[in-house]
Amino acid sequence: MPVDTSAKGKTFPSHEYEVGKEKIREYAEAVGEDNPVYFEREAAHAAGFRDVPAPPVFAVVYSRGALVQALFDPEVGIDFSMLVHGGQEFVWGETVCVGDTITTTIEVKDIYEKGGMGFYVFESVSSNQEGQEVVRGTWSNIVRGG
Amino acid sequence: MDQGESIPELKVTPDRYLPHRYAGASGDFNPIHIDKEFATDVGLPSNILHGLYSMAQVARANVAAAGGDPRSLRRLSVQFRGMGLPEQEILVTGTVAEVDGDRVVVDTRAEQGGKPIIKNAQAELSSPGAPASGAPDGA
Repeated sequence: MPVDTSAKGKTFPSHEYEVGKEKIREYAEAVGEDNPVYFEREAAHAAGFRDVPAPPVFAVVYSRGALVQALFDPEVGIDFSMLVHGGQEFVWGETVCVGDTITTTIEVKDIYEKGGMGFYVFESVSSNQEGQEVVRGTWSNIVRGG
Repeated sequence: MDQGESIPELKVTPDRYLPHRYAGASGDFNPIHIDKEFATDVGLPSNILHGLYSMAQVARANVAAAGGDPRSLRRLSVQFRGMGLPEQEILVTGTVAEVDGDRVVVDTRAEQGGKPIIKNAQAELSSPGAPASGAPDGA
């Protein structure tokens, strides 16, 4: 089945996420972090953070609201039963801390077909309430059988 | 860190219920991660780990190699391969590929039982002492 590339370049409404201390704790515990800066405000301050920081890959949590818009968009047309997460890149900027409001936008960067599979590349850009970029994500999804 | 140097290994064994806790923490409730019956019905050996959980282990190994400060990790790109399984040890290894002033690039991989689950991972670290982006103004 040929891959429909018409959604290439499509953008979606931005998504806001407010970062909470207990959500960072829940995430940090799940991925096995043990650095006290993720759990105790005093430890975070002592290490020079504004507040409890988010572990780097917590980016998946605050980006998710934007990401799912592209993943589930009928025009993008991803067949979920055949979806594989092929690759991921994050480039970090300003550190995300408790109390930040992170705004994420997502764009369909590329759609192409290779070896009978469909490749869907999304790029997300997340910024904090001061307008500083906190992370840029490249999400590479592969749909088997195109 | 010097070019060619290995970073300390990270070993972690996700328990049977880890995918459920990670699903709650991340918001990704895809049944292939949390429902063994569903997973085996679609041809998987079992419910499988979230790729982004495994990526977080690669991030942890690199942050630890940089001295433990999460602000050291500037960039991380990974390719997911095969599938990660609960109740099997994940081994993360890495080698310093490039040193350029403040910037260190580490080639990293994650495997289970000798099979890669993350390959061609590349982490860019800022060397200790570089300005910390999360520090308060004037600190």
